[in-house]
Amino acid sequence: MSSSVSGDLILADADGTHLAQFGHDVWWIMLIKVVVIFAFLMVFTLFTIIFERRAVSWMQQRVGPNRVGPQGSLQSLADGVKLMLKEDIVPKAADKAIFVIAPVISATGAFLAFAVIPIGPEVSIFGERTVLQVTDTPVAVLFILASSSAAIYGIVLAGWSSGSTYPLLGGLRSTAQMISYELAMSLSFVAVFLYAGSMSTSEIVAAQEDLWYGIALLPSFVVYLIAMVGETNRPPFDLPEAEGELVGGFHTEYSSIKFALFFLGEYIALITVSALAVTLFLGGWMAPWPLGGPIWPGANENWFPVLWFLGKLLTLVFVFIWLRGTLPRMRYDQFMALGWKILIPVSIGWILLVATIQALRNEGYEVRNIVLVAAGVLAALLLVTWVWEVVRAKPPEDEPVAEAVEFDPFAGGYPVPPMPGQVPVLVSTPVSTPVSFSTSGQHRVEMVERGDTDA
Amino acid sequence: MDGNVYIPIAVLAALGFGFAAFSVVTGALTGPKRYNRAKLDAYECGIEPTPQPVGGGRVSVKYYTIAMLFIIFDIEIIFLYPWAVTFDSFGISILVEMALFIVTVFVPLIYVWRRGGLDWDH
Repeated sequence: MSSSVSGDLILADADGTHLAQFGHDVWWIMLIKVVVIFAFLMVFTLFTIIFERRAVSWMQQRVGPNRVGPQGSLQSLADGVKLMLKEDIVPKAADKAIFVIAPVISATGAFLAFAVIPIGPEVSIFGERTVLQVTDTPVAVLFILASSSAAIYGIVLAGWSSGSTYPLLGGLRSTAQMISYELAMSLSFVAVFLYAGSMSTSEIVAAQEDLWYGIALLPSFVVYLIAMVGETNRPPFDLPEAEGELVGGFHTEYSSIKFALFFLGEYIALITVSALAVTLFLGGWMAPWPLGGPIWPGANENWFPVLWFLGKLLTLVFVFIWLRGTLPRMRYDQFMALGWKILIPVSIGWILLVATIQALRNEGYEVRNIVLVAAGVLAALLLVTWVWEVVRAKPPEDEPVAEAVEFDPFAGGYPVPPMPGQVPVLVSTPVSTPVSFSTSGQHRVEMVERGDTDA
Repeated sequence: MDGNVYIPIAVLAALGFGFAAFSVVTGALTGPKRYNRAKLDAYECGIEPTPQPVGGGRVSVKYYTIAMLFIIFDIEIIFLYPWAVTFDSFGISILVEMALFIVTVFVPLIYVWRRGGLDWDH
């Protein structure tokens, strides 16, 4: 049994026309591709920031940044330079070494994932044939998950090492949030692997030539779209940096270029998860439906696919901005309930359904694609309504009225808010006793005793 | 198809790390330095910072529940990926086996769910 397994795997590698193309680039081609990807991520981050600010201000009917450069297009560059020239504060209570390393981890990890995103087919650069993708491996998607997990380390370490309350809470929240949504995200990939029979990004794109997985596996796509917003800490799931509760969350104590590195890491993560969605669910660099087929056979050749890729990427980035402009932030308990009670069970059920249908098809039963698409649409609708109900859920009517428990808000030496069911008692504390604002005439008595009789 | 598909990743990592490290070092040099005792305190909107408990203090048990559930499901996913990739090479048996495994892993989630371990507001 085991020998047949390994035999199958080797066979799949040998006739996989796409994976075999990688790892043979001339060193300068490889270097060019790496530098171009690096520069692309930097420039696209600058662009995304200004695009977001302009789009959100358009949605909120205000002008937005429009002074630096044409239409404010150089604003984020100017902000970067400004941050570079600001004082670099390391708080007294911080764990110095980890405090400095955390933003470096966050930014470095963010760059990695884009190495395995396919941007186009084979083209020729200065006479050399090469694929428009830095590299690809048989476990490319697993590598993306691993490198996006590395960014979590940056956030957790930043929250932990700041030696301050808000960053600690933000870091903790962030950990719980990102690992929960990483599960939902990872589960949404299983159906894609099942259909494509591969974890290599280029092979997954090639397998979507007939039908995008975003349509064939709509529930997986919906789960991924929700999970990618949770994974990148973007509104409406930006709880780790909820400014109404936690000031700035994990990066409260960060200033200057260290803050800029977190910002950079966050935006690269946004771009990466969007690119992953394009790759796994929206056909990668393949032209959208009417273009790729008989209308324009050249649409999927040479450099044109870069256009389709960038178009799809921009659309998804706009969806992120749109979400920010539309939805209020969720409450933490609602958010965790959505991840654990809806996305994960739905994903697992969907995986079993897809696997059953795939097994039946392999056994030779006629299972029409249309049936699957219909079931997928139905399941996605159910999911959306379910999410809607949970989000809009009213509190249960028969909630028992908790007995009011009295508590002293100053008991710990500094004021704390009451928990549900507690009633603050404003008793005078040792701190507040020396200052008395009573008008009961005590002051006058004291003055009289001291002999200020002329009052 | 050997190790050299990972070389570009290593180059990109070196480039990213070099950029980040360079930024942190130059950022520390280019900015002004003006000492202020209050500036180096933990930021809490201007009030005296809350004293930090020694050793980081205690964290709500809910985070531990989430962490343990995450490990269980992450391991399940690690088994699901190769299963999904090689699914077509096997018959219906692999489907039944994985269904049994998924059900086994799902029972703890149901248990924690029913015991209220996933409710954050209680």
